[in-house]
Amino acid sequence: MSSRRSRTRQSTSRISDDQINDLVSRLQQLLPEIRNRRSDKVSASKVLQETCSYIRSLHREVDDLSDRLSELLENTDSTQATIIRSLLSQ
Amino acid sequence: MAFSYPVTNNIDGPCDSSKRRKRKKVQKQSSSSTDQVSQNLDSNINNHDEISSWKSENRQEEYRSKLFQALRQTRFGSGTSLHSVPLRSRAVRETADRVLAMAAKGRTRWSRAILLNKLKRKFMKSNLRQKGVIATATSNSRFKMPRMSIVRLKSKNFPAVQRKTRDLGRLVPGCRKQPLPVVLEEVTDYIAALEMQVKAMAALANIFSVASSSVPGFAPGVVNLNQLSNSRRPPRSS
Repeated sequence: MSSRRSRTRQSTSRISDDQINDLVSRLQQLLPEIRNRRSDKVSASKVLQETCSYIRSLHREVDDLSDRLSELLENTDSTQATIIRSLLSQ
Repeated sequence: MAFSYPVTNNIDGPCDSSKRRKRKKVQKQSSSSTDQVSQNLDSNINNHDEISSWKSENRQEEYRSKLFQALRQTRFGSGTSLHSVPLRSRAVRETADRVLAMAAKGRTRWSRAILLNKLKRKFMKSNLRQKGVIATATSNSRFKMPRMSIVRLKSKNFPAVQRKTRDLGRLVPGCRKQPLPVVLEEVTDYIAALEMQVKAMAALANIFSVASSSVPGFAPGVVNLNQLSNSRRPPRSS
């Protein structure tokens, strides 16, 4: 039983190692900095680190934009809102 | 005469399908926010690669209009009850996240986690004030793929990688205790969705700022319409 389990464990980890490499390379393509640097040999931990910092910066951007939007929403009145709505629906 | 028929059939076949595809796209663009059923079908047929589907123009426009409607509803709903700026921006952020999760159509873990967290918070506020336990852990374990939980990452067993996986799991909603391949899949989709969210919110902020800076009235309003349509184009081309 244990040998069977260890065999299945090995086979699943072998398959998923390739999957992991594939996913990491796909992630690498998405990150803007690594894309610009164009080096093929980037370690997985570097990719993960860049991903963390990229997601954090995106979160920060969303927070800043939501701050701006909340201020702007307070100031716009209904007539401008209808203009904007008609523009967006075009 | 006998040879012409198969030739014309062969030529017409791909042309018809391309015309059909073009007609589908035109239909999608015209009925942006009303026809959701046909959009679901179209998105299933046209968007084979799920990551690039976040970059499609229709999806971005759909998200923008839905976000605008949702934002207007939150503004009129809350009214003057939320006076402090951080609370208002938090409401805006949560609305944007919720609309983004809806746009994902429930196919990804992070979108389900966002929507479930909202429901859970409302439920907890109304009924379960005594129990301080957050039930998110159990709900996420329900979505866990059992076959991935046996996986031991032999080559990526370094504690540094594991630590970074934990950090990444904490950043993406709903992926706190997921193994690495799951987290990586979720992250690739989440990043594309976040980029779309940022673009849409920036475009909306531009539109709002131009609209609010203009003097209300329709003669300068005509000029502002041109300005607004021009300000909309750069996000579309990028």
